[in-house]
Amino acid sequence: MNKMEHQFDRRDSRLVITHIVFAFIALLIGGIAGLLQGLVRGGMIQLPAGIGYYQLLTAHGVLMALVFTTFFIIGFLYSAAAKTLGGKLLPVARNLGWLGFMHMAFGTLLATVMILLNKATVLYTFYAPMKASPFFYVALVFVVVGSWMSGFGLFYQYRVWRREHKGKLSPLLAFMAVVTMLMWQIATIGVALEVLLQLIPWSFGWVETINVMLSRTLFWYFGHPLVYFWLLPAYMCWYVMIPKIIGGKIFSDALARLSFILFLLFSIPVGFHHQLMEPGISPFWKYLQVVLTFMVVIPSLMTAFSLFATFEISGREKGAKGLFGWWKMLPWKDVRFFAPFVGMLVFIPAGAGGLINASNQMNAVVHNTLWVTGHFHLTVATSVALTFFGITYWLVPAMAGRTLTPRMNQLGIIQTILWAIGMFFMSGSMHTVGLFGSPRRTAYTTYGEHPDAVFWMPYHVAMAIGGTILFVAVLLMIYNLFALMRTPQGYTEYPVAEVTEHAEATPRLFERWGVWISLVVVLILLAYTVPVMDMIRHDVPGSKGFVTW
Amino acid sequence: MHIHKLEKIWLAFGIAMLIVFLVVLGVSTFSMGMAPPSHSHAIDPEQVDTTPPFDQPGLKQVGENEYEAVMIAYVFGYKPNDLVVPVGATVHFTVTSPDVVHGFAIPNTNVNMMIVPGEVSHITHTFDEPGEYLVLCNEYCGGGHEFMKTVITVQ
Repeated sequence: MNKMEHQFDRRDSRLVITHIVFAFIALLIGGIAGLLQGLVRGGMIQLPAGIGYYQLLTAHGVLMALVFTTFFIIGFLYSAAAKTLGGKLLPVARNLGWLGFMHMAFGTLLATVMILLNKATVLYTFYAPMKASPFFYVALVFVVVGSWMSGFGLFYQYRVWRREHKGKLSPLLAFMAVVTMLMWQIATIGVALEVLLQLIPWSFGWVETINVMLSRTLFWYFGHPLVYFWLLPAYMCWYVMIPKIIGGKIFSDALARLSFILFLLFSIPVGFHHQLMEPGISPFWKYLQVVLTFMVVIPSLMTAFSLFATFEISGREKGAKGLFGWWKMLPWKDVRFFAPFVGMLVFIPAGAGGLINASNQMNAVVHNTLWVTGHFHLTVATSVALTFFGITYWLVPAMAGRTLTPRMNQLGIIQTILWAIGMFFMSGSMHTVGLFGSPRRTAYTTYGEHPDAVFWMPYHVAMAIGGTILFVAVLLMIYNLFALMRTPQGYTEYPVAEVTEHAEATPRLFERWGVWISLVVVLILLAYTVPVMDMIRHDVPGSKGFVTW
Repeated sequence: MHIHKLEKIWLAFGIAMLIVFLVVLGVSTFSMGMAPPSHSHAIDPEQVDTTPPFDQPGLKQVGENEYEAVMIAYVFGYKPNDLVVPVGATVHFTVTSPDVVHGFAIPNTNVNMMIVPGEVSHITHTFDEPGEYLVLCNEYCGGGHEFMKTVITVQ
């Protein structure tokens, strides 16, 4: 057998593919829940007895936003480590990867059972004092702790590589994977504290009450970086894989690393912009976190520049003429490019919507309306999801020693277009009707035939139609995933671009982790110390638990 | 570290816009009184019914065509259940929750705030147009969340 056909150790392939398959099964179940919700909200069906709308909503949120993303990302990061840090995973890293997987899988199953039993209909934000079964919170601990183990495996692989390559710059892809996991670990400390110190003792009945504002603050300390945990792996593909796929080079290694460091610094101390409409936090501290939130504009602009510079430079090298001639040189018929590129384009309106959400006063117009739901269906469910789908088309064949056939490529293009059309209807309607005030996270209602709510109904019907198209796209994606594991055996490239020879040397400073972690800690203390002290010191009476579903 | 000239221009423009934007937000928050509803005002959620002013929820006139609406958001409704105010009335809403977290939003206005147990939320709005204003809960609060509403009649 040709050595080239198995560029990866089979044990590494198994670890990566297991993560990816688990992720897509979560996507399928979450997708079924999503379809049913859309149809209920559009007034088209009623759920058969026993299934609750909010139960479906909890399943949809947990399985799509937490399980699909986390499993996919860890699988992808491990593949990047195997590819760039020595060609295969070290036994310690691989074992930690499996240990992490088993913890996360167990946690996911336990949480899903609790949701199906209607013991945890608290949505994926699980706001206190709504009290789920303690086992739901225990399940979350397993997911988070499992992800930490996988993170430690990745760090271990990276450290050993650096020790063996003293004085050398680490591969860009590995550096990005480390930043992504580092951000995740720092961010999940917040939700871990909430679950371990507040929710678990309270839900088991060891303590009577819970400090609600503190729990919400700890949740959102984690909840916003979470969205960058989804986004950074997509950026890895955009920065490192896409240039290779279009036959170009990376615009600048140093700027790519700088943008990841800036995301690390400015994605965490910003949770208050999710709490702008809440009492108990003073306007000054809210505004400070709004300012810190907007700092991510800088690495976002850098990313946009680098990507389009790469497109233009590689197009001109192939002979493109005129200002926009390079546009025609892009490989539109290659799903490995097309799916992530559609994701990138969608990120332009998605990012603009995010600026509105995070603005001090404009947030009052859109807070908790369907606008917000529309926003994250553009960001995570389109920009990120389409990039992950695009990755799947080469990652799975590369890992399995299979080929991406022209037919699979064609199906991938169709899948991407279906997704984009479905999301256009669904997210477009959500954004529009959200501006009129239609609330998110709400079952079918006309509020007693109130004219405002009746006026929203056609938009809810359009959402259901978009959702139905999206569900067809989910089914096609699931088919594609399994079909990719049955294509003819052969070599599929794991695309990692080189840096252009015009780029200058990367400063050593980027890999001085002590510096960056200290800076993150300083920013977090700056943003959170005083308001959190207020929440604790104020002697706010705690809340008992409520089961309201 | 070398940065391409065009990228420098692009970033300088972007950062300048960012500063302008944040200054606008900051000035409107701190000089023009447009801060989001942020008051810190603790209350024991178990004692809401007996703690003033929530022991007597309802509309109180506090000035010429100016009112305070003291309201309780609970699973799954608002107390009092309907309010009537004259056109042009300025209403100061004072709202808390005795149970879980709720929302308090009036579509087509900028009234939109979270009602958190243990805290009292405040917001002010002037109703310049007559009509039936829907007040709805926009934070999931349990199985009957979609029924949680009230109406403010402005006449």
